[in-house]
Amino acid sequence: MSNDDILRVKDLRVRFPLKRTGFGKRDYLYAVDGVSFNLKRGETLAIVGESGSGKTTTALTIARLQKAFSGSVQLGDIDLLALKGAELRDMRNRMQFIFQDPYSSLNPRLRAEDIVREPLDNQNRMPAEQRDARVEELFSAVGLRPEQRRLFPHQFSGGQRQRIGIARALATNPDLIICDEPVSALDVAVQAQILNLLRRLQTDLGLTYLFISHDLGVVQHMCDHVAVMYKGKIVEYADRLTLFNHPQHDYTKALLAAVPSVASALRQG
Amino acid sequence: MGISVLNQRRLDNFRRNRRGYWSLWIFLFLFFVTLGAEFIANDKPLLVRFDGGHYFPIFKVYPETVFGGEFETEADYTDPFVQDLINEKGSLLWPVVRFSYDTIDFTASPPTAPSAQHWLGTDDQGRDVLARVIYGFRISVLFGLLLTLFSTIIGVAAGAVQGFFGGLLDLLAQRFIEIWQGLPVLYLLIIMASVIQPGFFSLLFLMTLFSWTALVGVVRAEFLRARNFEYVRAARALGVGSTTIMLRHTLPNAMVATVTFMPFVLSGSVTTLTGLDFLGLGLPPGSPSLGELLKQGRDNLHAPWLGITAFVVLALMLSLLVFVGEAVRDALDPRKVFDQAVAHG
Repeated sequence: MSNDDILRVKDLRVRFPLKRTGFGKRDYLYAVDGVSFNLKRGETLAIVGESGSGKTTTALTIARLQKAFSGSVQLGDIDLLALKGAELRDMRNRMQFIFQDPYSSLNPRLRAEDIVREPLDNQNRMPAEQRDARVEELFSAVGLRPEQRRLFPHQFSGGQRQRIGIARALATNPDLIICDEPVSALDVAVQAQILNLLRRLQTDLGLTYLFISHDLGVVQHMCDHVAVMYKGKIVEYADRLTLFNHPQHDYTKALLAAVPSVASALRQG
Repeated sequence: MGISVLNQRRLDNFRRNRRGYWSLWIFLFLFFVTLGAEFIANDKPLLVRFDGGHYFPIFKVYPETVFGGEFETEADYTDPFVQDLINEKGSLLWPVVRFSYDTIDFTASPPTAPSAQHWLGTDDQGRDVLARVIYGFRISVLFGLLLTLFSTIIGVAAGAVQGFFGGLLDLLAQRFIEIWQGLPVLYLLIIMASVIQPGFFSLLFLMTLFSWTALVGVVRAEFLRARNFEYVRAARALGVGSTTIMLRHTLPNAMVATVTFMPFVLSGSVTTLTGLDFLGLGLPPGSPSLGELLKQGRDNLHAPWLGITAFVVLALMLSLLVFVGEAVRDALDPRKVFDQAVAHG
């Protein structure tokens, strides 16, 4: 465990109660069952897995949007799971979240600039003019035109909406950005634009991503390390090249075989 | 900030409902006219010109001696003696109705039938019915508006907190509201009326205690739905506090439901006050109130103008409010808003 680890997750468990089976007895489903990993500053870790494997729950728990049952999550040297109230809210500035669905994650009643300004208003550290300048800067950083600031979310396309979501996540200069399937709601051509944007921002701003995805094609494009989750556990953890060239676990092999590609289609065809 | 497209469409929908639209204007006209009840029905003149000077008896108390009388007490402008004194050196400008709600006309034995002097007759204590109706309308509407305002504020706040936080808090609050709504309000008011002398504000307070639950249900339901929206979760991930999330992200969703219900809460409040006055548990004796007039109508069936006036005024006021309420409800109906959008391409 080196010192430049920005995120350390140790033995994280999250459970959900199931229906009572008898008197006083209660069964639990462990959606996340003993997950541990470290993430270095400036790198990208992808968590992949099928639906229901617990990858999104892991992300939500790290972001304190879902209650953890046991384990520890450390951002820098802060124990995230122990924080409460104002401290928790302060910490959230250092860790941002990009949501899967750009249609539902933006409040339809607010203008684009107000959505991007919200974290700044909430942080309340800059004077108003500086916030305006920062919003303008963020708009150009994510490739939106300044004249689009006054528009409402429904006036944007899916890709543009996700750009607003990214601008909002960048607003407070976070140490860590959790991307929860940021492109799976977008069509393929737009996916590539958004992924390239995320990569460019990473090199420009030195961002650290925790990238959740079920699409290995996307993962291959984005990350340094990959953790494969299956039924709440990490079954394989490797760097990108090793994983894609020499998968160890049977489940990883199955996942890789399931990736549709033009080359394999041609070979079979 | 301009009005949003959606709200513009709602406003257009409201305007398109002619009945509701005109009802609102008629109601507002009646409300603002009766707001100035003192200038329409009063036993003091609007303006007195006397000996080169101008006097405004409605705003200021002038002793009779100012006009050359003998008493140090306030001039009684209905007294022919005082009128003669003033007319000698000046003139009086009277309101349309020359009686206030508590002016007693001793000239005939009450109740008197409608006449040129008393357009709607007098009640069983010789007070002008028209004047009482004007003041009664005002007090009913003001009471209704204030009661609606306070019930809405408390109800929305309670519903918002319950729906947003959910869980045990919601469970306990819902049970409390069920018990609270189960209390026999009328009996409690009867008991209260025997303990304290109910006035406008004490009655308002008591009624607010029992009427705030009206809006809790709808607001709670909206918040239960809205708290799981992705953008609410996004706001929480940004570290926005619960109060801000509620005000900025979830309250606007509950506003449509609230606004839809408000005209009906208002007409309900007016009816409640009238009912209490009818039973003699409402405003203190002598206050101008439609419920009290209705009671007099029942007690004096030989003077039908009392009952008929009270009935017509109440029916008119409640119909107007219900028409407005219906128009508001239809204007905010998402299906109708959507239909219009389709129709207009």
